[in-house]
Amino acid sequence: MREGAREAILGRLRAARRGEDGAAPSDFAVVREKRWPEAERLPRLRRLMEAAHAEFLEATGESWPSAVRDLLVEAGARNVMVGAGSAVEARLAEAWSGLPGGPELLRYDRPVEELKGVLFGSVDAGLTTCEGGLAETGSLVVVPTPEEPRLLSLVPPIHLVLLDPATVRDGLWQLLAEPRFANGMPPNALLISGPSKTADIEQTLAYGVHGPKRLVVVVVPGGATPSRGS
Amino acid sequence: MGADGAPPPGAGAHGFRARATAALGDPQVRANFRRAMDGLMAKRAALFADPAEWRAMRALGASIRARTLARLPELLERLEERCRANGIEVHWAETTAEANEVVLDLLRARGATRVVKGKSMVSEEMHLNDFLEAHGVESLESDLGEYVIQLDGETPSHIIMPAIHKDRQQIARLFGRKIRDAAYSEDVDELTATARRVLRRKFEEADAGISGVNCAVAETGTLVLIENEGNGRMSTHVPPLHVALMGLEKVVERLEDVPPLLSLLTRSATGQLVTTYVNMISGPRSPGEKDGPREVHLVVLDNGRSRIYEDEELAVTLRCIRCGACMNHCPVYTRVGGHAYDAVYPGPIGKVLTPQMEGVDRRHELPHASSLCGACAEVCPVEIPITRLLVRLRAEASTRRVGSTVLGAGGARSGGEALSWRLWKRAFGSPGAYRLVSWLATRLGRLPVPRLGPLRAWTSVRTAPRPARRSLHELAREKGVPDA
Amino acid sequence: MEEVGANGRPGTVYFFGTCLVDLFFPEAGLAGIELLRREGLRVVYPQAQTCCGQPAFNCGYRDEALSVARAQVALFPEPWPVVVPSGSCAGMIRTHYPELFAGEPDEAAARGLAGRVHELTEFLVDVLHVSLVDRGEPVKVTWHASCHAMREAGVAAQPKALLAQLANVELVPLGRERECCGFGGTFSVREPEISAAMVEDKAADVAATGAALVLSGDGGCLLNVGGALERQGSRARPRHVAEFLLERTRGR
Repeated sequence: MREGAREAILGRLRAARRGEDGAAPSDFAVVREKRWPEAERLPRLRRLMEAAHAEFLEATGESWPSAVRDLLVEAGARNVMVGAGSAVEARLAEAWSGLPGGPELLRYDRPVEELKGVLFGSVDAGLTTCEGGLAETGSLVVVPTPEEPRLLSLVPPIHLVLLDPATVRDGLWQLLAEPRFANGMPPNALLISGPSKTADIEQTLAYGVHGPKRLVVVVVPGGATPSRGS
Repeated sequence: MGADGAPPPGAGAHGFRARATAALGDPQVRANFRRAMDGLMAKRAALFADPAEWRAMRALGASIRARTLARLPELLERLEERCRANGIEVHWAETTAEANEVVLDLLRARGATRVVKGKSMVSEEMHLNDFLEAHGVESLESDLGEYVIQLDGETPSHIIMPAIHKDRQQIARLFGRKIRDAAYSEDVDELTATARRVLRRKFEEADAGISGVNCAVAETGTLVLIENEGNGRMSTHVPPLHVALMGLEKVVERLEDVPPLLSLLTRSATGQLVTTYVNMISGPRSPGEKDGPREVHLVVLDNGRSRIYEDEELAVTLRCIRCGACMNHCPVYTRVGGHAYDAVYPGPIGKVLTPQMEGVDRRHELPHASSLCGACAEVCPVEIPITRLLVRLRAEASTRRVGSTVLGAGGARSGGEALSWRLWKRAFGSPGAYRLVSWLATRLGRLPVPRLGPLRAWTSVRTAPRPARRSLHELAREKGVPDA
Repeated sequence: MEEVGANGRPGTVYFFGTCLVDLFFPEAGLAGIELLRREGLRVVYPQAQTCCGQPAFNCGYRDEALSVARAQVALFPEPWPVVVPSGSCAGMIRTHYPELFAGEPDEAAARGLAGRVHELTEFLVDVLHVSLVDRGEPVKVTWHASCHAMREAGVAAQPKALLAQLANVELVPLGRERECCGFGGTFSVREPEISAAMVEDKAADVAATGAALVLSGDGGCLLNVGGALERQGSRARPRHVAEFLLERTRGR
């Protein structure tokens, strides 16, 4: 019956084919040419994302753990969850060890089936890295991995993202042309351009409707885990 | 009678005209839509401020969609193959009933009884919520606007902003009535927080998530979903089962086709450069991953699309990327709102799509509910010539053309109307007849005549047109303007 | 060959008056003819002309539309430009005749006609490059852009360019200028309630400008908006742009 559906549909479509007249190649010049000098990319991304209510925190490879800690304390966050085995986990564990009080470091170290209650119920913040940013639209490129699961950037009310300014590209078109994506898409890839929002009531913007209420971009030149001794 | 013998929803006291008239009499509906559409038009215009960029983007969007349609059967097969390789199971459905059965079977086989839904117009075509509820499955809309209207037992009045017909007071009263423990508030932030509280629990508990698809990439087997709220990600990433629903025209050939279409879509729809989330799904949870659905299924729905595809001119209907710009700019939609159309897709594209899906005999009123002003076609980001298609469907409704593949073609022929146009042809098709008509009009046209039929309608808000005392033909002769 | 004057202008033009101008606004037609003659052109008005066929075409009665359109095509055999005091009818001929006549024996003639049709203000500006001297008293006017002029015929800037040449004319922008007035031919009688809502809003926008006149290049819009203005008791009157241009520049 359903196999029949497939054949019936494709059969009708094939029967209606009218040659390849409409199949001329597309001219992508207008998107290809949307580029920004490297120095303008981060400022543009920041301006656009701030307009979408994202917050920015400037830090260095050395200072970001304490900057993050200060922010979480100020936000009244009891804890922050990171991916178990991720680059940031070890760094935070080391930097925060021995410090009194402050947010508890939680690890996404089990399948979600065993963690849902905690994730939805008591995690106040999630911290992830990202693959970079897009200047055109003011977006972060987030590719979840076994170490940094999908829901870290979605379920906790605060999402913190570490961004290396050198990884800000032009736009989505340029991004998807990179071998990383063109040669095989990961199971999930995301652009995130602000905290969760809605305008479904009278076109009035409200933030944090389902996902994070706050999106904090921590700008770390050189990345989250600079080589030791540099 | 309709194609399937059912009474035509477009006719009689319950037809479009009656619903439109009722809507026009509701100052709240008119004010809500006018305010919203004015805002959306201004936001869109701000993001297409450079006319050269707009023309180039639009030409690119049209070319991508045209190329897709030219290769549609191959691309769908390719998509199926790539999805399967990625671990996404693909199902085909000719009708909405079949699609509903596919979804129900998937749910039942996994004992799923609690479903959260992301926004999907295809699921509206299927009336999926009603179907699932009737079969013991809780199916909860999680997009805030969809949640609001589901709570009120309504259907969307706009394809992007489904609850746009409601104001905050109406939503406040609804929440107060339907949500336990909801403190009455007209504050948008508080209303949003109430919905968040209810829905987060539902996401956590859900056995399955159902979503639509904005486009699907044939070369990579990728489903692309865009949204601002995060409910789409919740629905597609939290439950163990994700079922994506897609109209068969939503496929695109390559990854590089996606960015221009998304840009055109969000800028046209809501005046956004990008939505908060662009979610590209190319498979279920992979080995080692700790979250994500264990299974992803894609249901490809026809529901009349392959029939539309058969007609070379009408096939451009399938270019549509569902941005809603045509309705935002439509002077008719702005005044009567989405519910007057009694259709899943309202506004200009709905007037083209609905008669083709449901039959031009049953829905012949819709193509006529347009002044053909062309505002819709002017803003369409994929260059669908909507007014031309409306005229074509008017012709299909009244004339049974040999070889027509349009559903219900010729089924709305009116003898009286056909006679009127034959008389018109007589009057305007020969100089002699026209001379007589114009003589009568100019000599007698200023006499009082009973305000009946068209004249009564015209004079409801206007004075009756008064023909001149002498025609231009006469004046030109008198002034010695040569005839050749 | 087309007759072309020393200055690159055509020597003779056809005038296609349109049925609405013929029956409701003949003075506007005459004004259009005079505006052309004044520029030294010979104007030919074929007396057998009636209607471009748009009403039937837009309603989906293609055979009837073709029959009436065919009678018009035969009336303009010389290669002279055809000037039309209506964006809607000019748009019909230019945009839709080629498809209406596709495969017909007179397709070539129809395409030829489509290629040399001009809306009046477009012709005055783009072909004749007219310069106008205003001889009228100061007046405030507003402009109603007809949908088909803008979107079918591609005429939007030209009429305003002409009005801008008139020193004593203040052009007040109309709110929601690009929105349809609700005429739409048979739409106004098939969907009278919606059409009424549209024209009421349009008339209110016109009244809000405080202009004495609402100008347009299309008879259908003028009938519609003018009728609503009159019914609302508004001071603003409708006037075809051709008539207005001639009045302002004729002197007394």
